[in-house]
Amino acid sequence: MAPSLSLGPPRLLKSAGFRFALLFAAMFASAAIALVAVLWWATAGALDRQTDAAVRADAIALAERWREAGATGLAEAIEERLAVDVENEAIYLLTEAEGGRRLAGNLDRWPAVPAEEGAWFRTRVLHDGFAAEARLHRLELPGLRLLVGRDESEREQLRRLLTEGVFWASGAVVLFALMGAWLLRHALQARMRPVFATTAAIAGGNLGSRVALSGRGDEFDRLAQTLNTMLERIGTLMEGVRGVSDAIAHDLRTPIARARAKLEDALSEAPDEPALRATVEQGIADLDAISRIFQALLRIAEAEAGARRAAFAPLDLSLVLADAAEIYEVAAEARGQHFATDLPPQLELVGDRDLLLQAVVNLLDNAIKFTPPGGTVQLSARRVAKGIEILVADDGPGLAPDDRSHAGERFFRADKARATPGSGLGLSLVQAVAHLHAGELRLEDAVAGRTPPGLRVVLLLPSP
Amino acid sequence: MRMLLVEDDAEVARFVKKGLQEAGHTVEHATNGRDGLFLAASEQFDMLVLDRMLPGGVDGVRLVETLRSQGNRTPVLFLSALSAVDERVKGLKAGGDDYLTKPFAFAELLARVEALGRRPSVDAPATKLRVADLELDLLSRTVTRNAKRIDVQPREFRLLEHLMRHAGQVVTRTMLLEKVWDYHFDPQTNVIDVHVSRLRQKLDKGFDKPLIHTVRNAGYMIRAEP
Repeated sequence: MAPSLSLGPPRLLKSAGFRFALLFAAMFASAAIALVAVLWWATAGALDRQTDAAVRADAIALAERWREAGATGLAEAIEERLAVDVENEAIYLLTEAEGGRRLAGNLDRWPAVPAEEGAWFRTRVLHDGFAAEARLHRLELPGLRLLVGRDESEREQLRRLLTEGVFWASGAVVLFALMGAWLLRHALQARMRPVFATTAAIAGGNLGSRVALSGRGDEFDRLAQTLNTMLERIGTLMEGVRGVSDAIAHDLRTPIARARAKLEDALSEAPDEPALRATVEQGIADLDAISRIFQALLRIAEAEAGARRAAFAPLDLSLVLADAAEIYEVAAEARGQHFATDLPPQLELVGDRDLLLQAVVNLLDNAIKFTPPGGTVQLSARRVAKGIEILVADDGPGLAPDDRSHAGERFFRADKARATPGSGLGLSLVQAVAHLHAGELRLEDAVAGRTPPGLRVVLLLPSP
Repeated sequence: MRMLLVEDDAEVARFVKKGLQEAGHTVEHATNGRDGLFLAASEQFDMLVLDRMLPGGVDGVRLVETLRSQGNRTPVLFLSALSAVDERVKGLKAGGDDYLTKPFAFAELLARVEALGRRPSVDAPATKLRVADLELDLLSRTVTRNAKRIDVQPREFRLLEHLMRHAGQVVTRTMLLEKVWDYHFDPQTNVIDVHVSRLRQKLDKGFDKPLIHTVRNAGYMIRAEP
């Protein structure tokens, strides 16, 4: 089953943006909780510890007093303390251990204390007629029971306020985190949308589509650029494949049809055996020509796809050019042309020897074809700043500026060239070889202003 | 020569077998790599003509590699629809001696088969090649005909040397390109013919018996008899 390509936003829980945001919200919330915990410890906790410290000090002082002045002194001390307690927070109770008679203090009776509580506990007491939360410390003295404590009603209120504050703050944290998640998810989706749109367009067959850049130069732009580069490369390859299939459809079918027609015709019409034999021979020649076109197309496709870069090796281009000159000089001379070369002794290059020779041979073949007898064909090479330039110049009719941009297209033939035999693949291969070597192909007038101007083809190959 | 042809396409096999038999050779035929390997390893052949892509799990390259690893040195010519240069290199590296791309003219195949089958022996390297009154001295790199010195350029010397080493055999234009110029490319025009006719002019000028002959639809041959 083909993976379904849904363009709607992904479901909330599957959304990467949402999950990122949730992660950050969780981290945000943890930080908030830690903050609240510290706050709590520093405020409510500190108050509790303060109370306990005061109660402990009080209890120790009272115990001291009892040791000095006995039960009566203790009772007096308690009454004194109650008298000066303007905030009405202190709680005392002194009873006899046996019978439980109250000797001093501001509680009516001993509070109900759960048996399991230790010396320190918190409970509700009836203080000045009001039920109040109190922090109490129990002290056993010989024959006496002392209770020292503080009314915590106000602390309790503070604690409640703090709790409420923390509760609301937590709500706000969760709310902000969720909103952040939502925003982040939307921002992510907005930034990814061009990528989705482009890939969908390409899946739909529009190969020219490219991801729009935001211009911010961020990670998303880099992703988009990488994608665009990849698409560019795929486009080139597709173009090559399409070019070959177009060529097969158009320019191989035609000669095949022609050869077939000739053979069929001969089968029914040939008057005698020699005529039939001649047609069959012509048919074989036609098929050979088709094979050669096919071979040339494959070479071009190979070069364009960069498949032959594996065959690259260091070579002396000067030798290759000298060989090409040697092979073609005789052809030019056979047509009454002058052949001139100007090659430096050594040109180091890394490349595909056979393809480079083929490219130069194609250029020379063109030059020889289009130069009239008595004209000159020139092959030269030179080092330039960017690398090595191979120049092939002729005395032919030249190429109109409008035609130059088409010259590298497969099967393109300028109007003036129609009378000359050729497949229209020669320059395509040169162009493909140039691209394979990261070079470029330039066409210009051999002698500007002359009529006819002649053509100069410059093949620039970068060299290390 | 006794040859083994391993080719799965029946039509191509029939065409090649018939042609080779007409040229006076004995041809055994196998239709897949495994049978081909069995025959090649168990019987004595002067030459193997192998398709590069074969059914039966053993393709042409595997077959040759296996034979070579067993010390079998029988010359091998590959026939292949794979024309890419690295495919050719792969075939030759595996131990093939020559490589011919389909579609091919039978004359080309025959010329290559005969060139392979009658390779000059390595034991006694000749220092002089002779055809009729034409003599080529490999040491002094001179050419004489009827004791008269003929000036040739270095490439012409190599061209003549190749023709003379295969005297009496057809040498095709592509063979000359590959062996004399050492390039695999499509020359677009008949440049090789121009080179050969130049050489021919130099050799035959002033003599009534031509030595280099054009073989129609095939290539060239150097021989004493017309």
